[in-house]
Amino acid sequence: MEYFAIVIGAIFVNNIVLAQFLGICPYMGVSSKVSTSVGMAGAVLFVMTLATIVTFLIYNYVLEPFNITYLQTISYILVISSLVQMVEIILKKVSPELYQALGIFLPLITTNCAIMGVALLTVQNDFNLMQGVVFAISHAAGFALAIILFAGIREHMELMDLPKAMRGAPAALVVAGILALAFMGFAGLV
Amino acid sequence: MNQWKNFSKGLIKDNPVYILLLGLCPALGVTTSAFNGLGMGLATTFVLLGSNIVVSLIKNLIPDKVRIPSFIVIIASFVTIVQLTMEAYMPDLFDALGLFIPLIVVNCLVMGRAEAFASKKDTFSSAIDALGMGLGFALALTMLGSLREILGAYSIFGFKLIPGATDGMLVFVLAPGAFIGMGYLIILFNYLKKKTA
Repeated sequence: MEYFAIVIGAIFVNNIVLAQFLGICPYMGVSSKVSTSVGMAGAVLFVMTLATIVTFLIYNYVLEPFNITYLQTISYILVISSLVQMVEIILKKVSPELYQALGIFLPLITTNCAIMGVALLTVQNDFNLMQGVVFAISHAAGFALAIILFAGIREHMELMDLPKAMRGAPAALVVAGILALAFMGFAGLV
Repeated sequence: MNQWKNFSKGLIKDNPVYILLLGLCPALGVTTSAFNGLGMGLATTFVLLGSNIVVSLIKNLIPDKVRIPSFIVIIASFVTIVQLTMEAYMPDLFDALGLFIPLIVVNCLVMGRAEAFASKKDTFSSAIDALGMGLGFALALTMLGSLREILGAYSIFGFKLIPGATDGMLVFVLAPGAFIGMGYLIILFNYLKKKTA
C-alpha cells in the first residue's frame, strides 16, 4: 500500500515535469517527435534508477557517517556525471543496440535536473533503498508519460497555422500549461 | 568588445530565459511570487559571477580534457556557499526555493557561460558577462514572478493591489500558470527583440 501511494503520487499527483518543474530542458528540447521522446524517456528511466541507488549508498554510507553532508551537492553532481559517462562506455561495449537507441540522449542527461532532483528528494523524504528505487522508477514513468503525451500533441501542432510570434517554444509552453491543468485533476488522489 | 554591450546583451537581446531558453526549470519552479523570483535570480547571479571569475582565472591551468568536470566542481562549490549562507540568514526564502537551490548546479546557464565565455575571455569581461547574464536571469524570474503574483494573489512583492481581495486566480500560482505565463512572456520578448534588432 505504501509503495502504491509512492507510485501513484509520483506518476500522477506530483508529476515530475508538470507539477514539480524538473527536467523541463529535455521536455522542451526532445519532444518534437514521439520516437525521440520515447528514447529520452528510456534513458531517463535507466539513469535515474541507477543514480538514485548510487547516491543513496553514498549519502548513507559515506556522507552521513563522516558527518560531511554539506558536500552533498558537489558529490552528487560528480557522481551523476561520472555515472552517465560510465553507463555510456559500458553500453557501447555490452549492448550496441541499446546504445544506438539511447546513446545520443545520455550526454544530455547530466544537465537534466530531474536526475539530481530525484536523488535529493529521496534523501529529503527519508526513504530506504527499496522505496528510493520505486520512487525513482515511478518518477521516470511520470516523465515518460508527460513527454510522450506532449510529443504526440506537438506532432499535430506542426500542421497548425499559428501566428509567427507564437510558433515553437511559446506555443509549446502554453500546451504544457494546459497539460499541467489536466494533471491538476489528480490532486488529492493520495 | 564594448563592455556596456557585453553587460546589456543579457537583459533583452540574449535574455537567458526568454530568448536562449536556458534555466527553464528554476524559472518555472520558484516564481510563485515576485520575491521568490528575485531571490532565485540573485542567488544564480552570485554563482554565475563566482564561477565565471574563477574559471577565467584558472583557465590556463586546467587541461582541456578535464575542463568540464573542473567547471562542475567550481560551480558546485559556489552553489554550496549560497546554500549554506541562505539557510543561515534567510531561512524563509531557503524553504520557499527548496530543491532549486542545490539544483543551480545543473542550471545550463551557469555551465554554458563558463564553457562558452569565461574559458576563453579575460577575467574582467567574464565578470561583466556574468553580471549581465545573471541580472537578465533575475529580471526574467522577477517578471514571471510578478505576473503570477499579480494575477494569482492580486499583490506584488507582498503588497496587496486590491484591498480586501483574499485570493486571486489560483491557477496562476499553481503549475499551469507558470507554463502559460512563460509562454506569453516569450512572445513579448520575441516581439521586443525584433523591434530592437
